[in-house]
Amino acid sequence: MRDAFVRALLREMAQDPRVVLITGDLGFGVLRPVKEQYPDRLINAGIAEQSMVGLAAGLAMTGRKVVVYSIGNFPTLRPLEQIRNDCAYHGLDVKIVCVGGGFVYGSLGMSHHATEDMAILRAIPEITCFTPGDPAETEAAVPVMFATPGTCYLRLGRGNEPYAHEEKIIDWTFPQSVRLREGKDIALLSAGGILVELKRAAEQLAEMGVSAEVVSFPCLKPMDREAILEIAARHRDIITVEEHNIVGGFGSAVCEVIAESGAGSRVHRLGLEDCFTTVVGDQAYLRHVYGMDAEAIVKKTMEIIGKR
Amino acid sequence: MGEYEARVHSAFGGERPRAEEAETLAWLIRRNGLEMTHLSRGSHIGSIFSVAEIIAVLYSGVLRLRPEEPKWPERDRLILSKGHAGSAVYSALAERGFFPVEELKEHYANGSRLSGHVSHKGVPGVEVSTGALGHGLPIGAGLALGARMDGETWRTCVVLGDGECDEGAVWEAALQAAQYGLDRLVAVVDYNHMQSLDFVEKTLRLEPFEAKWRDFGWNAWSCDGHDIPALREAFDWAWQNAGSGKPSVILAHTVKGKGVSFMENNILWHYRTPQGEEYEAALQELEAQRP
Repeated sequence: MRDAFVRALLREMAQDPRVVLITGDLGFGVLRPVKEQYPDRLINAGIAEQSMVGLAAGLAMTGRKVVVYSIGNFPTLRPLEQIRNDCAYHGLDVKIVCVGGGFVYGSLGMSHHATEDMAILRAIPEITCFTPGDPAETEAAVPVMFATPGTCYLRLGRGNEPYAHEEKIIDWTFPQSVRLREGKDIALLSAGGILVELKRAAEQLAEMGVSAEVVSFPCLKPMDREAILEIAARHRDIITVEEHNIVGGFGSAVCEVIAESGAGSRVHRLGLEDCFTTVVGDQAYLRHVYGMDAEAIVKKTMEIIGKR
Repeated sequence: MGEYEARVHSAFGGERPRAEEAETLAWLIRRNGLEMTHLSRGSHIGSIFSVAEIIAVLYSGVLRLRPEEPKWPERDRLILSKGHAGSAVYSALAERGFFPVEELKEHYANGSRLSGHVSHKGVPGVEVSTGALGHGLPIGAGLALGARMDGETWRTCVVLGDGECDEGAVWEAALQAAQYGLDRLVAVVDYNHMQSLDFVEKTLRLEPFEAKWRDFGWNAWSCDGHDIPALREAFDWAWQNAGSGKPSVILAHTVKGKGVSFMENNILWHYRTPQGEEYEAALQELEAQRP
């Protein structure tokens, strides 16, 4: 997703001279093409995230579209008040980009696990939150983000991720969800880079004779409410999966829609169960240990179906 | 006319001194500030009084502004980073014709756009909403950087509190502004030597303050923040630093609560609202200073 983002960013910078990029002293290899092609539009703010976001707000007040780039929790939790007060309240074109949503930097430890960002950012008014599920969704979402006025949040995974979509280029209409697979027995929903685990789970379930629908939400806010209600009308059980705390995140957002609608579906949330990680490991390992990988999704599905 | 209406009329209506001169505007900022904090039972009168001359000088010639065209692209940008003294900026803007003076009576009131901490929403002339401390200098650095990238010559001025300089983000921005050589960025510290609970010296010491800014790569200048010619001289110096490759800071030494004897240097008046006999006594002292 990181590389898809940089490709889409470079296209945007070529088209629109108002786009500038601020990095919090991170992204050496990734941002090299930006540095080579647009040295005047790349600013290194140093390791000073609060001031970096204030700086972005000031630059946006001069008519620029400002991308703030960092990893993990550094561009979100550290300068949270600057995002809220300086960017969102002033309606400024600041695009906060996080590389490393979830357990991307798993082995680096808890400080580098971005597992509350979706809950916290979506609670701030006037921020559009993009949560693409794979590189194809990322390339589709980035131009939409630049066309969306005001403050945006883009949660990315890592570099060299597998594609969940068959095609590398997809058509996407903001803020709609994307159905990757039809299914009648269970609906699997996700936001962000965990999508590939849903796809794998659905393939395994198919071999076991279970038909699972897979839907990705590249936009967390605003939510594609119609799609959720339409899914709820067809499914007794919905499993939401997120590489994130289950409190306040994607699963919670789905519950909000369904509970208010009066639809009768039951939502089962898979994710980090309101705890900090106590072991380290790579992304696949932590997804497994904390019960959000394909195996956990298959297990949960069979449990649900077994009780019917 | 009831008592409230009479009070509002005498404060914000009828005959009032014209605000062209900085001395007069400073008095109006105090007189309005007393009335606004009295009517609203609001706080921070000590900070409003300490920053009065700084704001008055800025809004009477130092900043290039057009009241009839608040978004004039070439205007100088002012950020009141110590947003709790917002009443001073609202007063200056109203007295300079950005919006009707009468509206000042709604400061803090239910349904009003004039929040206690300064807000830009629906208020002509306010560039940036503040209130959480340490936000103004980073934004000001961004404005100054953007102006330079565009080859513009307008200037950015950020008014900070001394207590506010406890915030790490102030010093992050100080490093960045120096690194980027933002020489059309001017910070002014309302150095009243008091913060919320105690003297700055007894809370988090800032001295040697001028040396700190210089060590961070800034031009630095100290002056009496209630002396209008001295403030004008300081801003002349700061504007002339455009081309120096360094941002500039003015440490304006002030007195918290300046203008009302019993409020001066009294920490109580950071939060206390002027009511009853205290309000009447303050009013009497200020009216004796009417230009």
